[in-house]
Amino acid sequence: MAETKTKAKKSSRKKSDALAEHGISEELALELMRDMLLYRRFEEKAEEGYAIGKIGGFCHLHIGQEAGAAGSIKPLRDDDYVMSAYREHTQALAKGVHPNAVMAELYGRKDGSSGGKGGSMHIFDADCRFMGGHGIVGGQVPLATGIAWKIKYRGEETVSLVFMGDAAVNQGGFHEALNMAAVWNLPAIYVVENNEYGMGTAFSRVSRTDMSTKAVPYGIPSHTVDGQDVLACYAFFRDLADKVRHGAGPQFVDLQTYRFRGHSMSDPVSGTYRSVEEVRQAKEERDPIALLRDTLMEAGVLDQETLEEMDAEARQVSLDAADFAEASPPPGPEALYANVWAEINPNGRLFFDGRPESEEAN
Amino acid sequence: MAVMTYREALNEALREEMERDPDVFLMGEEVAEYDGAYKVSKGLLEEFGEQRIVDSPISELGFTGLGVGAAMAGLRPVIEFMTFNFAFLAIDQVINSAAKMYYMSEGQFPMPIVFRGPTGAALQLSAQHSQACETYYSHAPGCKVVTPGTPADAKGLLKAAIRDNDPVAFMEGESLYNFKGEVPDDDDFVIPLGVADLKHEGGDVSIITHGKMIHVALQAAQKLEKDGIHADVLDLRTIRPLDMDAIVETVKKTNRAVYLEEGWPYAGTGAQIVSMIQEEAFDHLDAPIIRVTQADVPMPYAKNLEILAKPSANHVIEAVNKVLYR
Ligand SMILES: Cc1ncc(C[n+]2csc(CCOP(=O)(O)OP(=O)(O)O)c2C)c(N)n1
Ligand SMILES: [Mg+2]
Repeated sequence: MAETKTKAKKSSRKKSDALAEHGISEELALELMRDMLLYRRFEEKAEEGYAIGKIGGFCHLHIGQEAGAAGSIKPLRDDDYVMSAYREHTQALAKGVHPNAVMAELYGRKDGSSGGKGGSMHIFDADCRFMGGHGIVGGQVPLATGIAWKIKYRGEETVSLVFMGDAAVNQGGFHEALNMAAVWNLPAIYVVENNEYGMGTAFSRVSRTDMSTKAVPYGIPSHTVDGQDVLACYAFFRDLADKVRHGAGPQFVDLQTYRFRGHSMSDPVSGTYRSVEEVRQAKEERDPIALLRDTLMEAGVLDQETLEEMDAEARQVSLDAADFAEASPPPGPEALYANVWAEINPNGRLFFDGRPESEEAN
Repeated sequence: MAVMTYREALNEALREEMERDPDVFLMGEEVAEYDGAYKVSKGLLEEFGEQRIVDSPISELGFTGLGVGAAMAGLRPVIEFMTFNFAFLAIDQVINSAAKMYYMSEGQFPMPIVFRGPTGAALQLSAQHSQACETYYSHAPGCKVVTPGTPADAKGLLKAAIRDNDPVAFMEGESLYNFKGEVPDDDDFVIPLGVADLKHEGGDVSIITHGKMIHVALQAAQKLEKDGIHADVLDLRTIRPLDMDAIVETVKKTNRAVYLEEGWPYAGTGAQIVSMIQEEAFDHLDAPIIRVTQADVPMPYAKNLEILAKPSANHVIEAVNKVLYR
């Protein structure tokens, strides 16, 4: 591989400049490739799991938006906080949650990241500082602001990064949270994964102003980033997080991306709200994995063989995750009453359906 | 009688009421171009146009308040919540504005508005998407609460709700939308609010319930029949106004009652009903009334736990056996 690298480097100086321009090493670029391939294969595995009934409920895939996960979370520190909405499987992976734990959660099994009780929309991992998995559109935005409050309160040098969809900016809570973050100069990074649609509604149908204007009234700097270009994302978030952890205050990012699948597994990929042609074109021109592949191949950093190896590995990890999930047992009946309360007080009754407050229930 | 789905029945009710009264409009997320997240408003955009079938941003508090204001000024809004789980964002406008407006203004501002959408659990949607919300609304004086369980009730009650001059929380069920049933052909089929319906007749025990739980109750009643136990299944249909006469009547007949509801037990609808039965029919009871509810926990995602958490026909049968001392 080293050979190919040097050879191709001469032939396409321009492309390898992309790495230099963003201050990204070849090694790191390959790692980002590996990450995105894993996200893609993992989500395809989840799709399969849904189709055969192993996964139930709502399941929202991130396919097409992988660069946003790798490019914004990978540059963060382990002790930085990340929170998201319900399209969060890959973001959890990026923050270090084990693929087995994520898949087992999707399967509703005991070894899932929430013991099978959260499911696809509620992946949590306190150790990884992955703060969920939230199902109410916009609900997570004030929560992440509270995390930023804690960071400032304790004088820490971490950041709170939160993802939301484009539709979430129309919720009141978004505006209230951003205003407070600005007033108190909190270390929060608000990232809109702007995939142009909230379910079947184009953003342009529910907003008269451009996404880049949304945080301006609160005095929060706004940035627009190509969310399909993982190298640009990585460099951008690396620098931004650094500024924020040193007191730059809250930031707003319009991360422009596109969803390749339906809103959830039960919604159509296209329909009256977007055409088959539009989706086809986006897949052809804006696939973040293909874009990075081309850049790296032209730069001679990646060859076909290595790519295939990486892909095989991603498939294997996803397959292993599915096998792991399958082998994990469903949560036992005692889990039903466990963790409703953090504390079972000696006095007074907590449960009201006549079922016992047994010790093992908590 | 025409056979149609619950979804079609709601669609017909909306269409007929919109034809009847130009002040009726429908607003909510995905109601227009997408035909509704659950396709309840299918075809209505085409028929009534953008002014009356309105796609909103995801701004529950905002469009609910907008509806309340429009009702103050004389329109008759139907506000659709994609599900009532999302209406928690808007409940301030329902309780603090809609439910109190008529009173605070000493009758100057009636509030002819309907808030509708599915409530309760579907399948494996986990804690934030699986809540039975009726109790939150029935708690507040000034707000009516309707929970139809069949296509006929859905149609007749929605028409009544739209014509009502008070705010009505009209609660459907995701798992009911495909449910088929007979609906009278009558082109002005309206079921008045506040009238319960005896969905199954028997004399041994009363199973009182509302909303989609009537189907669980009926299933239990059928199984009990095989055991020689004949149950009344009383469907309240509306929780406010409450048909207390029908409740007392069935209790007087059977002397034993079970309340079945989808939501949590603490301060649930059943708690209210049981309290009232003991106030108004204490001498007619031969056993304490038992409530069957969701387990007192947030809804878990895992399939096996979800089954354990939801009230089932077997739970109802157990409760019936208890009140019969069997
Ligand atoms: C408060 C609330 N309203 C409605 C919904 C139903 N819903 C779930 S996702 C969604 C669309 C959100 O779109 P967007 O924010 O753009 O995120 P994307 O799905 O595109 O990632 C809607 C309407 C919800 N979950 N919460
Ligand atoms: Mg979107």
